[in-house]
Amino acid sequence: MIAKIAPHRRWGLGKRKALEGYLYISPFLLGFVLFILGPALASAYVSLTDYNALSAPNFVGLANYIKAFRGDPLFWVSIGNTVYYAVIAVPLSLLGALGCAVLLNQRMKLRAAFRTMFFLPSITPIVASTLLWMWILNPDFGLLNYVLSMIGISGPKWLGSTEWSKPALILIYLWGSMGGGAMIIFLAGLQGVPHEMHESAAIDGANLWHRFTNITIPLLTPSIFFNLVLGLIGGLRVFTVAFVATNGGPSYATYFFILHLFNQAFLYLEMGYGSALAWIFTFFVLALTAVEFRLSDRWVYYAGQD
Amino acid sequence: MAIERRELVPLSVDVALGDTQRPTARRGFRWSTLLGRGAFYLVAIILSAAFIGPFLFTVTTSFKAPNEIYVFPPRFFPSQWLWSNYPQAWTQAPFALFFTNTIIITLLAMTGQIVSATLVAYGFARFRFPGRDALFLLVISTLILPEEAVIIPTFLMFKAVGWLDTWFPLIVPAYFGGGAFSIFLLRQFFLTLPREMDEAAEIDGASSRRILWTIVVPLSKPAMATLAIFSFIGHWNSFFLPLIYLNTTSKFTISLGLSYYQNVATAGGPATEQLLMAAACTATLPIIVVFFVFQRQFVQGIVLSGIKG
Repeated sequence: MIAKIAPHRRWGLGKRKALEGYLYISPFLLGFVLFILGPALASAYVSLTDYNALSAPNFVGLANYIKAFRGDPLFWVSIGNTVYYAVIAVPLSLLGALGCAVLLNQRMKLRAAFRTMFFLPSITPIVASTLLWMWILNPDFGLLNYVLSMIGISGPKWLGSTEWSKPALILIYLWGSMGGGAMIIFLAGLQGVPHEMHESAAIDGANLWHRFTNITIPLLTPSIFFNLVLGLIGGLRVFTVAFVATNGGPSYATYFFILHLFNQAFLYLEMGYGSALAWIFTFFVLALTAVEFRLSDRWVYYAGQD
Repeated sequence: MAIERRELVPLSVDVALGDTQRPTARRGFRWSTLLGRGAFYLVAIILSAAFIGPFLFTVTTSFKAPNEIYVFPPRFFPSQWLWSNYPQAWTQAPFALFFTNTIIITLLAMTGQIVSATLVAYGFARFRFPGRDALFLLVISTLILPEEAVIIPTFLMFKAVGWLDTWFPLIVPAYFGGGAFSIFLLRQFFLTLPREMDEAAEIDGASSRRILWTIVVPLSKPAMATLAIFSFIGHWNSFFLPLIYLNTTSKFTISLGLSYYQNVATAGGPATEQLLMAAACTATLPIIVVFFVFQRQFVQGIVLSGIKG
């Protein structure tokens, strides 16, 4: 009798548990529909209209997209600036983060104190750190040009110069990101490198550099990949630092894509055009990420993967 | 599945923050020559100076008298520590109000993020249902979707319900799952907890809700602490969303207030640099305090859990 009932009951229980499971994840499902899927679809529609938040939208087809590519010089300027920024800042930051992680992974006194000092810039509110750096980068009274003058270099105008404003913002990014999450992830990765491997390679005569490039780096590739994907997305989204420090200037030298999107949508209320920009941006970011994933099979090594 | 392995990486965040590393006895024996050791510490000290120097310079600048600001060469320390810069900055712009606003918004959003992420993560970690793995992949994939992608329609939606210039757009979305990172972090942690305890409780007739709040959550304090600190920092430092949604000065958050103060100060004439720095220090201090308070929690969490990527 029991044997007959049991499977039936278990099935009923499984169904009930499945329902419960859906119930528990329902906040995510609702949020996904309300704040991601719904808006994404709405945005696709708005991007095909001339909606400006004041009058009713008219359907204009692909006009906004054509305008972006053909009739808006600032579109290309902002793309150029954003790519310049991300392509230089993100790899440099990852390299620095890796260096810091390797350093902190050594046996040393006061390691926790060093780690905390490296980490603090990354949790500083970005508006505060931007203000801080604006003062340090001040061409006449700033600390940086003073330090440079001590070694005989006459520092540039930094944020006031078309040539040096992007490097200045990259410098701020490096300061705020090198010791942050990426470094922590590298540190965790480094702790997963079995030191038996290092020892046996050392016995076989491999020097420190060879061991680093042939053992440590391959084992770290998953962390490098993870940091690269999220780092590039973050780098392309650069906004606040430019909004606060330069507002895109001088002469649009730091006019980034999201700044353009922000101005179009929230300053000029060109919601239709802004949505087209948002879609172009999203498409670009997703495509880039897809390419990174595709290429990752060639260089990312997953230990123990069948 | 390849993605499973990739997912393991961010989990290690809290591991590396703690001091669980075994002594690396033989690794890098070349460092241990005296010269190497010296150079090694020198690099660490120079790097620390580069990271911390700008901070300290900001703090010392915030105590300087106006006539000590625009001097070359810049002096690191003020000749006289002017504490009055702080009250002066706080009266020029309502920083106490910005502060209170940010605390309220941060706490409410944090609560939502932690509670809803706990529910969702529990659902993914402890229940079987059709489509679960696909849905979890969906959660993870939202990590790479830039927030800007949907900002305009979200703004229009909040406008339609009359929530512009209120705190709701900054708080309410946090109650819907808490974001991919939070769900992922807690789910991974829940998976490491032994199932035997929930099973025993279940046999004794405990409901899943009761198991969650009396067994799973108390055992997950370290992961919760990790999430709490990330959440606090995220909401405290948020700038883009308050910038878009808030118009009235009295509703501003600290970051927005700081940017507002910068523009007002620039318009108001020279020699306000020290006040701006005082304001920037004010905005940063809570983050540093929270970080130091929670750092211990991190370490405890690692000892308890032993999770590793």
